[in-house]
Amino acid sequence: MDDTDRPAPLSRFAGGVDCDLHPAVPGMDVLLPYLDDYWREMVAVRALDRLNLSLTSYPKGAPITCRPDWRPADGSWPGASLEAMRRHVLDYYRPGLGILNPLYGGTLMHSEDMAAALCRATNDWIRDAWLNRDPRLRASIVIPVHNTALAVEEIERCAEDPRFIQVLMLVSGEVTLGRRQLWPIYAAAERLGLAVGVHAGSAYRSAPTSVGWPSYFVEDYISQSAAFEQQLQSLIAEGVFAKFPGLRIVMIESGLTWLSGYIWRADKTWKGVRAEVPWVTRLPSAILRDHVRFTVQPVDDADAAKGIGRLVEHLGSDELFLFSTDYPHWQYEGDDALPPDLPEALLRKIVHDNPLATYPRLLKPATAAAEMPA
Amino acid sequence: MARHVVATVDEIPPGARKRVEVEGRGIAVFNIGGAYFAIADRCPHEGASLCDGRLTALVEASEPGRYVLSRRGELVRCPWHGWEFDIRTGRSWCDPKRLKVRSYETSVEVGGAEATELQAETFPVSVEARFVVVEA
Ligand code: FES
Repeated sequence: MDDTDRPAPLSRFAGGVDCDLHPAVPGMDVLLPYLDDYWREMVAVRALDRLNLSLTSYPKGAPITCRPDWRPADGSWPGASLEAMRRHVLDYYRPGLGILNPLYGGTLMHSEDMAAALCRATNDWIRDAWLNRDPRLRASIVIPVHNTALAVEEIERCAEDPRFIQVLMLVSGEVTLGRRQLWPIYAAAERLGLAVGVHAGSAYRSAPTSVGWPSYFVEDYISQSAAFEQQLQSLIAEGVFAKFPGLRIVMIESGLTWLSGYIWRADKTWKGVRAEVPWVTRLPSAILRDHVRFTVQPVDDADAAKGIGRLVEHLGSDELFLFSTDYPHWQYEGDDALPPDLPEALLRKIVHDNPLATYPRLLKPATAAAEMPA
Repeated sequence: MARHVVATVDEIPPGARKRVEVEGRGIAVFNIGGAYFAIADRCPHEGASLCDGRLTALVEASEPGRYVLSRRGELVRCPWHGWEFDIRTGRSWCDPKRLKVRSYETSVEVGGAEATELQAETFPVSVEARFVVVEA
């Protein structure tokens, strides 16, 4: 079906916040103007522009990487065009705001300096090529996550622009997310009113499954939810939320339904071994309710509305879930960015209230401008 | 509520504990620094004997990595799944309001007219000794 034949925009998402949009860096050439002399020279001399810096977790050709009806006919990168994103999401579902989460290899480089240069360039390019061209857009800051000092520097630099509302990390980096070496990142995020987004994907410093290296993409893909579970446990057990009471973590593309079993085990086990982590003074589920949010694409349940409803009931909160299309990833068909039978009150929370409560920066002045009719 | 002689003081020196039966109920009697405390000997979780648990301090933290220990030997960890109970009050650490074991008043009585009136079920009450009495 041609995009222009689509039915009228859907009012149930109108004015809300799409918390997970993926703009693609189409190639090194767009970043060149934002690199300093040294790195521009290296791109030429070392032929870095020939590197494919997309994340291995989302190979360009993999079906999951782009919904078939969103895939560009010319073979270009899915998500590389703002015009296409407008057509498929922004003008179609008419969210008031959309949050860009660039997935690009810069953050994962083994060279910390190269990582910093590429992240800096990516953030600047996102600002100029996306944020400046559409007032509805906000963005996550990509960071050289394996060098905490450089990461904090980049966070502080970007945070001066209120349209950067989140720090982005991948679920599998070099160390578990609770480790104290990463704390300056959380301190900066808390201080600057930024959420920390944890997105599916791996730096492949260790095997993407906890039992060894898989042979197939499907194994890697399916294991992502286990990584989220382990990182959530790490964040809680290491005391990140005790240390940073204002910190918000957003788990993006986590699959969700693993949460039920996880939180039961975490609560139960804490009661017996809590002396090992005495800074964890409350049930993990209570900590989660105060600090952790989840985007709702994908939902690993045949009946997504029931799946979300069960989690709301089990976790005792309807404030944990955030609307996301996960554009252009292929998570749903047609217009079902959220299940059609979701209760109206819950829909409102997920689409409108929860994102605004999660990202304090969405309420900053730049937001008011963005909500003006286009 | 009746008073029961459950042990001589020598049987439960400081840091020790003894399981006793009072009218069919198991009660764990602890001596913390010379004072006696009695709690129901049945963990509210799945029923383990708290009398078999390890004594522990209250472990807290001022922040991650900064451990603060107090009240050594005043908590008992259930031997089955490790839940901690305050021996003085019977309250659990995790959920002190809702999750607790019954605690009983204790006293120490010197043998004599008064003590001999209390019917000790398991041993004779002599005039010279001092006895632990539980109100249950
Ligand atoms: S029986 Fe005591 S903690 Fe489970």
